Amino acid sequence: MPQNIPVVENILNANDRIAQENYSRLENAGVFSINILASPGAGKTSLIEQTLPRLKGKLRVAAIDGDIATSIDSDRAAAAGALAAIQINTGGDCHLDAVMLHGALDKLELVQYDLLIVENVGNLVCPANFKLGTHKTVLVASVPEGDDKPYKYPGTYRGVDVLIVNKIDLLPYVNFRMDYFEQGVQVLNPGVTTFHTSCTTGEGLDAWADWLIENAKH
Amino acid sequence: MHELSVTESLLKISVEHAEKANAGRVTDLHIVIGDLASMVDDSIQFYWDIIAKGTIAEQATLHFRRVPAELQCNTCSKKYQPTDQELICPDCHGIGAKIIAGEEFFLESIDVE
Repeated sequence: MPQNIPVVENILNANDRIAQENYSRLENAGVFSINILASPGAGKTSLIEQTLPRLKGKLRVAAIDGDIATSIDSDRAAAAGALAAIQINTGGDCHLDAVMLHGALDKLELVQYDLLIVENVGNLVCPANFKLGTHKTVLVASVPEGDDKPYKYPGTYRGVDVLIVNKIDLLPYVNFRMDYFEQGVQVLNPGVTTFHTSCTTGEGLDAWADWLIENAKH
Repeated sequence: MHELSVTESLLKISVEHAEKANAGRVTDLHIVIGDLASMVDDSIQFYWDIIAKGTIAEQATLHFRRVPAELQCNTCSKKYQPTDQELICPDCHGIGAKIIAGEEFFLESIDVE
């Protein structure tokens, strides 16, 4: 006998439940956590490398790096001063999900840290769909990527708490209309906390580090 | 690519609901996808054909209902559909809008027998 069964279930419910669990663990351990999203090459790892020395003596930092393969990123984070650096190799998956983060958190004595930096797989589409349970989501956009990215990836741009516009030193050399870019950002994410940075000149990095320190101390 | 993970969830949810209803097989899935949800129908169908094999949902047909994106201007309250090039309000050119529709991504119902 054919029958229609109403379901109305969010397809990502299972992930969201685990994300909530991750959030509780981090919150209970007093760790402020961020999930860093960006396209490949936007400068996520360089930003982390440049940020860690600015947090030295102020915050105890652990890093979790997601990549399809290699431990290059976690090695770089450890070399730059992360007290612990864990690599998650997704083995082909284009994003981190809450279960992967859950497994990585098991490897850390969370109470020993003030800040957890999770570096997601470089990708502007998929990571936006999978909540991890971190306190804040940070998007690193870079000037050479082009000013149309908020229009092309609205899902990512509207869901972030902090926007870092990186490689700002390249502005004179590329055709990047900051007003068009910011307009796209502001429509879907009005008032988003924004930093303009350059990992080459150091511009904006102190302000970004101060933001982390302020949030992690709360 | 993320469609593999979501198709696995989709299969799990439909089989769970079918088993709860003591159904022998799942014949249809009614899936709602907002245009802002970054989900591709063909891609879900592709993974479905592979992973549903050998389950009670193997023969199921996937039906996709797409929901267009709709925004509401924070300044003049006009409801509008954004275009590829412009997200701002077409009436007052106000910047800042709420998303009213387009983020949906859920399994509405399944047909079983």
